[in-house]
Amino acid sequence: MASRTSTRSRGNGEKYSVLLPTYNERENLPLIVWLLVKYFGESGYDYEIIVIDDGSPDGTLEVAEQLQKIYGEDKILLRPRAKKLGLGTAYIHGMKHATGSFIFIMDADLSHHPKFIPEFIEKQKEGDYDLVSGTRYQGDGGVYGWDLRRKLISRGANFVTQVLLRPGASDLTGSFRLYKRKVLEGLIERCVSKGYVFQMEMIIRARQLDYSIGEVPISFVDRVYGESKLGGNEIVSFLKGLLTLFATT
Amino acid sequence: MLLFQEYHGIGLTSYLCAKLSWLSKDGLIPVPVVLREISNIMTKLLEWVFGVSVVGAAWAFVTFDILKMSIPRTYREVAWPMPLYLLVTFGCYSLATVGYRVATFNDCDDAAKELQAQIIEAREDLRKKGLKF
Repeated sequence: MASRTSTRSRGNGEKYSVLLPTYNERENLPLIVWLLVKYFGESGYDYEIIVIDDGSPDGTLEVAEQLQKIYGEDKILLRPRAKKLGLGTAYIHGMKHATGSFIFIMDADLSHHPKFIPEFIEKQKEGDYDLVSGTRYQGDGGVYGWDLRRKLISRGANFVTQVLLRPGASDLTGSFRLYKRKVLEGLIERCVSKGYVFQMEMIIRARQLDYSIGEVPISFVDRVYGESKLGGNEIVSFLKGLLTLFATT
Repeated sequence: MLLFQEYHGIGLTSYLCAKLSWLSKDGLIPVPVVLREISNIMTKLLEWVFGVSVVGAAWAFVTFDILKMSIPRTYREVAWPMPLYLLVTFGCYSLATVGYRVATFNDCDDAAKELQAQIIEAREDLRKKGLKF
């Protein structure tokens, strides 16, 4: 009888905390947690999932509590807040009781797939990177669900960003990343922007502080795009954020 | 009588020389180190202003023969339209690059299918474990 080779690696003695800021993710939260448990379990790395819910009216917190009963309070931590506040503060709030030495940040709406988590971890170990960023623009990274207009805006904006800021990373607005805990704490202190400009600023500041940045190609499955178009407002606020970073960093 | 551009160019060149002599006071400092020092002090905006000024000054010096170095006429005629050429070249490069990147932007159809299948599997498994959706 041939023995089945175990895909479980021994883990590496490190613990990884996954920060999941949520707002109205009642449908997606169980799915993302299930996927995280699956891929962490298969790869053998030690982990915890921290759900930071900003007072979602759709009962996201209630679903999170059910998940906590199913998977255990050591694996699912709840750090809810009363109302929708900024992303930076959500990370800080979530990190306060995190016990991992590495922190994953990702979206809870299934656009980021946990199957890349082992790749992030291996990449980080490969070069002892201070931060590993998921990129949609390189290697076999890519997107699903974007039309030509959206792709054009995305690549165009990224090009302008590369020319003006020369950040040394191919995808600045992406938010699927792995940070060393101290690095994340230090960067959040220094960043002042909001929204996805915040994600850009994190990379720029990391560059300034000479942190090493690794990249992993990821697939971004946009299921939300149909509901929230990338309108003029977002483009304007992106440009404002970009010019602010250009003039201040 | 000096033109504004010439004042500007001379002013910046003097600043550049002063900065470089300060930085290299211990001896010859390699260019990468100097550039790194500059980028640590300046914002990206200032870097651009600095870079454009240096190039602009060099262009003005050659085109208008400011230092009266009797630069051959052919050099001046080549230098004169350079800024425009560079701008147009950069514009073409940008269009080509963005166009190429949009055309080669990967579509992750397999990832979407896999996700759909996993969602079904996850819902089933979670329902067994007692989750009330």
